[in-house]
Amino acid sequence: MNTTKPMNIHPKDRSHLVWGLAFGIVFGFLLQKGGATKYDVIIGQLLLTDFTVLKIMLTAVLTGMIGIHAMKTLGWVELYPKSGSVGKNIIGGLIFGAGFAVLGYCPGTIAGAIGNGYLDAVVGGLAGILIGAGVFAALYPRLNHGILNKGNFGDLTLPRLLRVNDWIVVIPMSVLIFLFLYWLERAGL
Amino acid sequence: MHFFAETSWSPYAVGIGIGILSWFSFLVSRKPIACSTSFAKASGMIEKLFRGKKVDLKPYYQKEKLALDWQMMLVLGIVIGSLISALLSGDFQWQWVPSIWANVFGMNPVLRVIVALVGGICLGFGARWADGCTSGHGISGTLQLAVSSWISAIFFFIGGILMAQFIFKLIG
Repeated sequence: MNTTKPMNIHPKDRSHLVWGLAFGIVFGFLLQKGGATKYDVIIGQLLLTDFTVLKIMLTAVLTGMIGIHAMKTLGWVELYPKSGSVGKNIIGGLIFGAGFAVLGYCPGTIAGAIGNGYLDAVVGGLAGILIGAGVFAALYPRLNHGILNKGNFGDLTLPRLLRVNDWIVVIPMSVLIFLFLYWLERAGL
Repeated sequence: MHFFAETSWSPYAVGIGIGILSWFSFLVSRKPIACSTSFAKASGMIEKLFRGKKVDLKPYYQKEKLALDWQMMLVLGIVIGSLISALLSGDFQWQWVPSIWANVFGMNPVLRVIVALVGGICLGFGARWADGCTSGHGISGTLQLAVSSWISAIFFFIGGILMAQFIFKLIG
C-alpha cells in the first residue's frame, strides 16, 4: 500500500517496475519497427487498405496463445481473463473504436507515436485520453450500477464457455488465424 | 546490428516478437501486456495535483490505486523503445500532421490537434468503459481466449472501420 513515494519502494517491487520498463522498451521497439506507431498505418487498417496492424496483432495472438497455453498446461503460468458484459464490451468497444479512428492511435501505439516524434499524438491525443479517462472515473459509480453490468458473463474464456480442454480451442483457433493470414497474403493485402 | 537500423520489419516478425514478449511478461511479471489503465491512473494523479487527496476516494481510484505501477512503467518503456528504434533507423521526425490526414484535410496543425483531442477523449473514455484497449483486450486478452476480449476486439474494429469510412468517405 505504501508505494506512493518512490523512495519507499521495496527492492522486490522495484525490480517488478524495472521489468515493466524493460518489457515496454521491447514492445515499443517492435511497434515502431512494425509501423504501428504511425497514424497512416493505423488509419490504413481501418480504411481496409493496409493490413499491417491486423497482421501484427494476429501473429502476436497466434504466437502468444500457443506459448501461454503450453506454459499453462505445464503449470508455469496462470491466466488473467478480464470479466466482461454485453454493456461493457460492445458499447465500450464501439466508443473506443470511434475514438481509435478519429485519433488514429490507440493507448499503446500513442506512447510509441510520442517516441517517434509525432506532435499531434502528444498535444492532442495524449491530452484527450487523459481527459476521457478522467471523465470516465467521474461517471464510474453511476455507470457501474447500470450499463456496465448489463448482461454480465464474468471472466469467461472460450474453453470454459464450451466446456472443453484449452487445446480443443487453441488448435482450431491457430489454424483459423493462420489460414486468414495466408489468405490476406494470397489476396495481395 | 544492421537489422536494428532497418526502418521497418515484416509485420509477422514483429507479431512473433510481441507474442514471445507476452510469454515472458506472464512468466516473469505475472501480468499480461496492457496499456490503457495507466492513462486513467495518470489522469487521476494529475487531478490529485490540483484537487488533493480526496481524488483517491473516488470509487474508480479505489479500484485502480493512484500509484506508479508495472503497467505505467511499461507505457513509459514503449515511448523509450519506439524512440530508440526510430533513432537507429533515422525514422524519427517531429511531425504535426500525418500524410493521409493532410491529403484529405490539409496541413493545418490546429485542425489536426483539435480532432486528435476529440478522438483521444473518446478513446480514453471508451478504453475504460470496455475495461481494456487494443493491447489489453486486442492482444493479451484474445490470446488468453477471454470472451470479454474477443467481443471487445471485434467491436473496436467495427467501430473503427465505420468511423474511418465516415471521416474519409463522407466528410473527406
